[in-house]
Amino acid sequence: MNLRRLPLTREISLAVLVYLYVPVVVLIVYSFNANRTATVWSETSLDWYRKILVNPSIRDATWNSLVLATAAGIGATLLALAAALGMKSRFRGKGLVEAVLNAPLILPEIVVAVATLMLFVAIGIDMGLTAMIPAHIAFCIPFAYLPIRARLQGMNPSLEEAAQDLYANRFVTFRRVTLPLLWPGIMAGFTLAFVTSLDDFLTSFFLSGPGSTTLPVYIFSAIRAGITPEINAISTVMLIVSVALVVTSFLLGKMRR
Amino acid sequence: MSATSPFRRAGLVGPALLVVLILVGVPLGIMAWVSLLGRGSTIGVDWQSAPSFANYTKLIWEEDFDGTLLFNPTYLSILWRSVWQAAATTVICVTLGLPVALWMSSLTRGARDVAILLITIPFWTNLLVRNYAWLIILREDGVVSQTANAIWPFGPVQLLYNDTAILIGLVYSFLPFMILPIYAGFEKFDWRLLEAAYDLGANRRRALMRVIIPLAMPGIIAGAMLVFIPSLGSFVTAAILGGGKSMMMGNLIQLQFGQSRNWPFGATISVVLLALMMLVLMGIAIWKNRQEAKR
Repeated sequence: MNLRRLPLTREISLAVLVYLYVPVVVLIVYSFNANRTATVWSETSLDWYRKILVNPSIRDATWNSLVLATAAGIGATLLALAAALGMKSRFRGKGLVEAVLNAPLILPEIVVAVATLMLFVAIGIDMGLTAMIPAHIAFCIPFAYLPIRARLQGMNPSLEEAAQDLYANRFVTFRRVTLPLLWPGIMAGFTLAFVTSLDDFLTSFFLSGPGSTTLPVYIFSAIRAGITPEINAISTVMLIVSVALVVTSFLLGKMRR
Repeated sequence: MSATSPFRRAGLVGPALLVVLILVGVPLGIMAWVSLLGRGSTIGVDWQSAPSFANYTKLIWEEDFDGTLLFNPTYLSILWRSVWQAAATTVICVTLGLPVALWMSSLTRGARDVAILLITIPFWTNLLVRNYAWLIILREDGVVSQTANAIWPFGPVQLLYNDTAILIGLVYSFLPFMILPIYAGFEKFDWRLLEAAYDLGANRRRALMRVIIPLAMPGIIAGAMLVFIPSLGSFVTAAILGGGKSMMMGNLIQLQFGQSRNWPFGATISVVLLALMMLVLMGIAIWKNRQEAKR
């Protein structure tokens, strides 16, 4: 007898998995429905995928999302990498610094978003990518910081010491020893920051200006306008991209062990 | 390795720290100040107005024509809905998350990895997409609604645009945040304790109440924090599944910055939201201290 198996845990778990996946399946199935009303099933078709491919607003929004996520991912990863290296040794106020760096994780996003909006209005920064990129970098920092920090903590310090004993200067030690060892952490941090920025809706919603709509902002306004198979098709594409990213990073993580 | 000098450290940590302070800390300060100001005529804020607590009293009382204050439950009811929706979401997530985490920990190693992946995939899906999926399922002309209406004999059933729809969406959005910390706790478990409990004649119920739940408590608390706080500040779920009728604090904030163009009042609700969140975090910190004192 497996002692950990209490009655019903298995049944509840299977029910939870059904609850988690039924909406996803329904969403995908309806994206192949030829009928515009999305309620009546007429026949299977790829029309909606064809339509989103040629829709110029979707194309622009996707482009904006990618530009924003790339800029935020790179910016946040560079800042987080430097911060993680600086946080290696003990110093006074370290706990406080760490808390500030991770604050965006716990603060309600809508509050930070409207507060940033007020700051930008007060100092006269126009809404759009110039406002969105710094805001995205700020809330992506902890997502990039945590994996890099974890990797750094798991690193054997004697490797760096050995490099320095063998007369490598600081730069060479960093370039040839620290950086290669840290690389998986940096990549994980970048991926997390990139995906977080790509998925973000609220900050972009408040800070986007004319012409800088991102994909999530576009989807939100489309949902507000009504249910269409077109939204299902975009959602399915986004879902597949997310799942592909998660599975890849999961497999990469397994390989490293 | 040589110790990092304070200057080097400042050069390394400084940029990230400054970015967070300038783009998160300073805005929150400005927000607290704006919550004391009056609304502007063209843009959202009248920066010149004299600071007062008028926006905070507006949350509870409404000023009549002749200046007498009347109790106004509109905003309080939205605050109250946010709190109980977040609390109900947390309770449901614990009730579902604990058995799932327990079940996951009883699997073989390979199956566990697959289970973790299955639980995390929906969490990596965009929040808008997750809530939109429920909009499709619960909509009026959908299969679920039609079946419910066919079975339910007492008048039409409305599944969308109410508190239940929001609750379903919130649980769906945040459930993985509860399952994973509880499961992480179970992974470190010494399961011989459970065996000992059974050997000493405990039945399953007793083993659950006296061994499993106390040992799972740190995970449950961590999960509760990760579920309650984002639920309290959520916007997307109520915006999509509440349909503007059932509002939460996040939606009220958005309304003030959008249609109502009353930024100071929006800032006030944001400050209240932050204060509520702080209260919860403090409560958890106190509970943790007490637990450690017990040991």
